Amino acid sequence: MDLFEYQGKQFFAYYGMPVSPGQIAFTTEEAVSAAEELGTPVMVKAQVHTGGRGKAGGVKFAADIDAVREHASNILGLDIKGHIVGRVWIEKASDIQEEYYASFTLDRSAKKHLGMLSKEGGVEIEAVAESNPDAIAKIWVDPVDGLTREACEEWVLQASLPEQAVQGTIEILMQLYTAYTEGDADLVEINPLILTPQGNVHVLDAKVTLDGNSQFRHEDYAQFDETQTRDERETAAHAKGLQYVGLDGSVGVIANGAGLAMSTVDVINQVGGQPANFLDIGGGANADVMAGALEVINNDPNVKAIFINIFGGITRGEEVANGILEAMKRVEISSPIVIRLDGTNADEGRAILEPNLSDKLLMEDTMLDAAKKSVELVS
Amino acid sequence: MSIFVDENTKVVYQGLTGSQGSYYGRLNREYGTQVVAGTHPKKGGTEFDGVPIFSTVAEAVNETGATASCIFIPAAGVKGAVLEAAEGGIKFIVAITEGVPAHDEAFFFNQLKRDYPDVQLLGPNCPGIISPGKCNIGITAGHIAKSGGPVGIVSRSGTLTYQALYELKQKNIGVTTCVGIGGDPVPGTSFIDCLSAFEADPETKAVMMIGEIGGSAEEEAAEFIQQHMTKPVTSYIAGVTAPPGKKMGHAGAIVSGGKGTAQAKMEALESAGVKVGQNPTEAGELMAEIVALF
Repeated sequence: MDLFEYQGKQFFAYYGMPVSPGQIAFTTEEAVSAAEELGTPVMVKAQVHTGGRGKAGGVKFAADIDAVREHASNILGLDIKGHIVGRVWIEKASDIQEEYYASFTLDRSAKKHLGMLSKEGGVEIEAVAESNPDAIAKIWVDPVDGLTREACEEWVLQASLPEQAVQGTIEILMQLYTAYTEGDADLVEINPLILTPQGNVHVLDAKVTLDGNSQFRHEDYAQFDETQTRDERETAAHAKGLQYVGLDGSVGVIANGAGLAMSTVDVINQVGGQPANFLDIGGGANADVMAGALEVINNDPNVKAIFINIFGGITRGEEVANGILEAMKRVEISSPIVIRLDGTNADEGRAILEPNLSDKLLMEDTMLDAAKKSVELVS
Repeated sequence: MSIFVDENTKVVYQGLTGSQGSYYGRLNREYGTQVVAGTHPKKGGTEFDGVPIFSTVAEAVNETGATASCIFIPAAGVKGAVLEAAEGGIKFIVAITEGVPAHDEAFFFNQLKRDYPDVQLLGPNCPGIISPGKCNIGITAGHIAKSGGPVGIVSRSGTLTYQALYELKQKNIGVTTCVGIGGDPVPGTSFIDCLSAFEADPETKAVMMIGEIGGSAEEEAAEFIQQHMTKPVTSYIAGVTAPPGKKMGHAGAIVSGGKGTAQAKMEALESAGVKVGQNPTEAGELMAEIVALF
């Protein structure tokens, strides 16, 4: 789950980190009254789940209220890499002396947490890694030990920050690590972390991705789930608890297992077709799940054929077969369905489907043949 | 021979009495797996389908001599279950459960490595392991696997693991062991752990490796193959057409910052001498060509 910048800052503030006061605004009027309350100058910042806001004109300095009005009205509705800005964060402007970078994420190769700190902040860290890798001080933290203060101090020294920034940075990094681990984040990133002319170290931006799998111990994360960027189809699928990613083609895909779903999308492309989506109905899928999946696919106007690719392990063949028949009773499915069914109880499943086969419901033996048939039906 | 498990492996099921645990526990037993015990904190002393239930893994180990465990406990309890198994004396832990938080996985991976270095964890979020004809721990449909070798299979994806077994069976090719390592960010068992075990197993003559987008495990495996494998390897990588920045179901399957693409993985494997198929069927055909030469 990706957080908006302001949600990330509220998340950081909860763990005691210094962020600037600000308010969220959905309209120009709200932006103006927020700025009046905070007092100018302020920053007007687009809230979108993508980078490169500044370059796209989504982050502006406003010296007075007229400037706030102008910038907010320009930024709201702006298209930043396909993300339409629906809300702006109005924040008290800060004086900046220097800009740093700090983050924690999981290093999947090392299987440890990786902290990165650089005195070259305010730019893409990938660019720094490319041009000046020595400017990034790294620390690998064993999750069992956690980040000790001594290790953190040593790490900060490696980054060669100016003396006056050292203590404040250590404090923030200790809090950032706590936020990262206790908050079950996949990524916490501050870019830039700034040093003000007054000598304070301060969080000026926040990028936070939370692990959706941790929601069972973070009930309040439901609020972030609601603000994820999803298209209409993805929203409908998500409401049904389905793993769905929207694509641009005309062959609807339903498969069990992420790997098989990915592979199905690949194979459709290989035989000259275009998949409309990735949809993994997952383990333990029953008639309800299958029916829900078919409803979502059926509501996509681009879909001209549906390929159901099931290899039974957790999902049992007869459940799949019953699910398909049940769904066909519940919704009028407008596209022909091609089924490929194998694995646990596949014979039972096929036997259930057999008497129901028609030009609207076809069955093929192999994944490749079923993909070819689906693509043929579309063209 | 097989790797990690064989016909003598005694297995305790953590969560045997739950709906998934009981369903697959029964299937595993029917397959011939030695299902010697189940655990449930409140049902110790009872029986489930003739299998004794203990309150803790330690008791189950003491009473039955179990050396492996299979976890079907909900995600919130997996961290505790893994550590309980290791502490109780289990040497091979198979965690089937999906949806375990990445921080929990990173925690118990490192805890095991430090305090129980001789314990091998498989998963979480994996289909388990099957040594056809000998032992099946997890959710693989046993009938799709042909026993006897000469091929070993290691896979990051559940259903593609079954697909791989099935492709080989269609071609009358047997499998020594098939290991599903799972699609999560911190898998307990890596490609390299399995490749190295297959390299050492005299019965395994070739290895099929199924990968997917995200992370760098396939690239690391390619390096290992280049340096240490004498046995031929074929591969398939899922997600060639996956759009960047979109998580394709598995927590670990995401192309981000231009890293973890299927293309890069296929190239790394090919340059290590691995024959890479464009789809699971083609990977099976490539393996059939190799096996025909034995």
